[in-house]
Amino acid sequence: MEEQKANKEGQSEQPHNDTRRDFLKQSSLLTALVLTPPTVFNAAAARLDEKVAEKFEKVPVTLEINRVKQKLSVEPRVTLLDLLREQLNLTGTKKGCDYGQCGACTVHVDGVRVNSCLTFAVMLDGKKITTIEGLAEGDELHPMQQAFIKHDGFQCGYCTPGQIMSAVACVREGHANSEAEIREYMSGNICRCGAYPNIVKAIQEVKNGGQKV
Amino acid sequence: MGFIDDKEVEAPFVGDPMDRIDGRLKVTGTATYSAEYQLPEMAHAVLIGSTVAKGRIKSMDTKQAERAPGVLAVISHLNSPKVPGHINRDHPAEPPKIGQPLRVFYDDKIYFNDQPVAVVVADTLERARYAAGLIQVKYKEEPHQTDFNQNKQKADLPTQAKRNPKSGLADYTRGKEDAYATEAIKMEAEYVQPTEVHNPMELQAVIAHWEAPDRLTLYDKTQGVKSTQKTFAEEWNIPVENVKVVATFVGGAFGNALHNWPHETAAIIAAKKVNRPVKLMLTREQMFTMVGYRPHTWQKVGMSASADGQLTGITHEAIGQTSSYEEFTESTLQQSRMMYTCPNVTTRYRILPLDISTPIWMRGPGEATGAFALESALDEMAHQLKIDPLAFRLHNLPDKDPQNGKPWSTNYLRECMEMGAERIGWQERKMQPGSNREGEWLVGFGMGAGTFGANRRGAKAYAKLQPNGTILIQSATTDIGPGTGTAMVQIAADALGVQPDKIRFELGNSAFPDSPKQGGSSTINSVGSAVRAACLELKQKLQQLAAARSGTAFSAAKPEDISIADGSITLAGNRSASITYADLLKQNQGQDIEVLTTSEPGQEREKYSMYSFSVHFAKVHVHPVTGQVLVQKVVCCADAGTIINTKTAGNQMIGGAVGGIGMALVEDAVLDHRFGRYVTKDFASYHVPVHADIPPVEVAFVNKPDMIVDPIGTKGLGEIAIIGVAPAIANAVFNATGKRIRELPITPDKLV
Repeated sequence: MEEQKANKEGQSEQPHNDTRRDFLKQSSLLTALVLTPPTVFNAAAARLDEKVAEKFEKVPVTLEINRVKQKLSVEPRVTLLDLLREQLNLTGTKKGCDYGQCGACTVHVDGVRVNSCLTFAVMLDGKKITTIEGLAEGDELHPMQQAFIKHDGFQCGYCTPGQIMSAVACVREGHANSEAEIREYMSGNICRCGAYPNIVKAIQEVKNGGQKV
Repeated sequence: MGFIDDKEVEAPFVGDPMDRIDGRLKVTGTATYSAEYQLPEMAHAVLIGSTVAKGRIKSMDTKQAERAPGVLAVISHLNSPKVPGHINRDHPAEPPKIGQPLRVFYDDKIYFNDQPVAVVVADTLERARYAAGLIQVKYKEEPHQTDFNQNKQKADLPTQAKRNPKSGLADYTRGKEDAYATEAIKMEAEYVQPTEVHNPMELQAVIAHWEAPDRLTLYDKTQGVKSTQKTFAEEWNIPVENVKVVATFVGGAFGNALHNWPHETAAIIAAKKVNRPVKLMLTREQMFTMVGYRPHTWQKVGMSASADGQLTGITHEAIGQTSSYEEFTESTLQQSRMMYTCPNVTTRYRILPLDISTPIWMRGPGEATGAFALESALDEMAHQLKIDPLAFRLHNLPDKDPQNGKPWSTNYLRECMEMGAERIGWQERKMQPGSNREGEWLVGFGMGAGTFGANRRGAKAYAKLQPNGTILIQSATTDIGPGTGTAMVQIAADALGVQPDKIRFELGNSAFPDSPKQGGSSTINSVGSAVRAACLELKQKLQQLAAARSGTAFSAAKPEDISIADGSITLAGNRSASITYADLLKQNQGQDIEVLTTSEPGQEREKYSMYSFSVHFAKVHVHPVTGQVLVQKVVCCADAGTIINTKTAGNQMIGGAVGGIGMALVEDAVLDHRFGRYVTKDFASYHVPVHADIPPVEVAFVNKPDMIVDPIGTKGLGEIAIIGVAPAIANAVFNATGKRIRELPITPDKLV
């Protein structure tokens, strides 16, 4: 099972990747062989390979993340989630499944909630992205963040950023008009601790409080 | 801020619905979980699992993977650095289990499908994941046994029970063995709890960092930083103090981080091999195979009663699944031995090793499984007797522990039942199943009770008065979600007589004073007691120093009259009695004013029987055509002693109800026995409750202290929140439809 999956994934990338890589490795290997003792050259060759390869493999992309425009260079296979967590140190967006099934990675792209684990970063050139880190106005928490604290809409806190991003979108979309509607439109965000009733209360309070969300 | 006098301190804080101290961090995304530490030169690891359930690795081709861009190492049994603890004897680190945890990359043997066989380390996650797909493994397959039903006859007594006939796992008889069988009014039924998977939202993750060849730091998802420290110190044969374990935030666990698992060792091996910090996060599929689960358990209950509703016999048997290399056991039958008055009780517990990974305690571990059978059987018996199931239970509540004759430390189960019945509207329940409708829906009411031992273990806490008048408290406990830190601050605020915002409580670091794992509903009982003791001792020390410095006013004062203010300590009602911290420090020879306090349980367990109790009531709708079950309302009542924080404790109870709804209606890890592998491997195939599944949940606490269990009066809450929920729903479904579903989950196909 594992092998099949692996081959499938490999097929799409191998033809052009491997040829180029093999060439790079061989050429640097030959040069290095002549010039340096074996232990040193291995490491050096590898590093050179990567430096050259990076230029080919990465794609320039401009993202506006939490109101800051960033010019980035990313591999096409990097998801928005992994870009945020692994490269930009924005770890507030959580990885819970990588399959778009749990909602922990929910962010806003141009104001719309999306699962960042199912979104390649290169697809978002020129888009505005808001993560949990960009929701508050400085020290002033967003009303939804305040309501989550007040109603204890979490326990372990891991699904919380996704729940809050989804909750804000849920209110903005006009899908928070009743308890039943909130439950329906929040069902893409799993909370394994089971704080659901408190999350619903928090959303209702924000919706009924009339604050700007 | 000036002096705080008694009027401003709104003590007691214990009992307040205080907001969580870490709430702001959690809602802003700044709480740091184990995979979220940034270390220089950190590499990424991806595990490859076996594709057979039993056999040996015949060959492994890693050449392509090793040549792939960014790859730093591919490690398997062929080239793994030797792990000193991986020797051919019982693993020393896990006393509750017999056998030995899987020794990852030790040899070519395969014990279960998706067993880690190799790890790829690369400079980025994408590169590691890509290279992992290039590894070709060939196996010499052997026939595997993963089918519980086909192997049931191979079930055996746990080793612990063989060694010790008095063990809680050994066969038990009170009165006459299997007395129910010869009684006139009796029932007999079999119940099945399928494998459930904890699936916390945070994937299991660890960052392993060898700071020196004999110094290891782990940022790890664990429920016990001290136990993890000890495990890996022993595994790598280095001094305990050379291992540092950090788990400041844990994104849920429900028991699956009580054990240390192969992926942790794999990350440590990888970090050793590449000599860089290595981050390893499991995939959701690996969460099904590598970090434990609630084991598939078969049960049979035989029960008899007199016509007037007095229990006369209970026989409860269980067979729980374990792995082929480690014996996992749990207290599945305990509730049947002590919850109800019954002169004749027999229990028999067996375990069945299969070619699957080792289970681990999942919330309300064996008790939740056992309560499904027992509390369903009680409902069946009551129905047969034509007695209300609430009245039947109330009629059989014992006034002392029937198992050992000891008095209860406290037992307010009756109060729980009464308060719950009123809140759910029990009087609307119809005795005749299928006779209650609301529109097109059938309506049913059900109840289920639960119990869990009120455990207290030894724990330590450190407390220090800071120059600015704040108090720092540390203990090596963890918080997997209940709000441990918040509760500790409330306990400390009362013990010290200061505002909660003057207290900083730190946890989740093995450098802090010794504390048990967060499990078995024992954290507040154990660590809370230690925090309280440390605070009282600190206050006493302050008084002594003040008395030595400024004389009789302080030495004669009562501890509660002493106020810890911003720059000095003062006496209530005596404004002139004041001594600055600078002076106190001088009196203390310039040393920090600090205490390290140990708190241990006493002999109370020998005199008393100590348990928490809960009862859950459910109202369900069942669609007569589609078989859809919609839970309409759940009421959860608990006798857990003192409630420290009604907001967080209420939330914890709600979470138990949600977990119980999952157990009752949707959760089922399904194996394809042809391959011995789970076909449920994500949230599309393994269902857990979502928002739409969860109705309003009402929580009520008895909230009476049990001063025998510990000096705070707590008994523990986490487990009883889920124990008894699943049978409450199953019984409600019976009441709605007349259909008794004895194999969970209750999916629509079983009702149409």
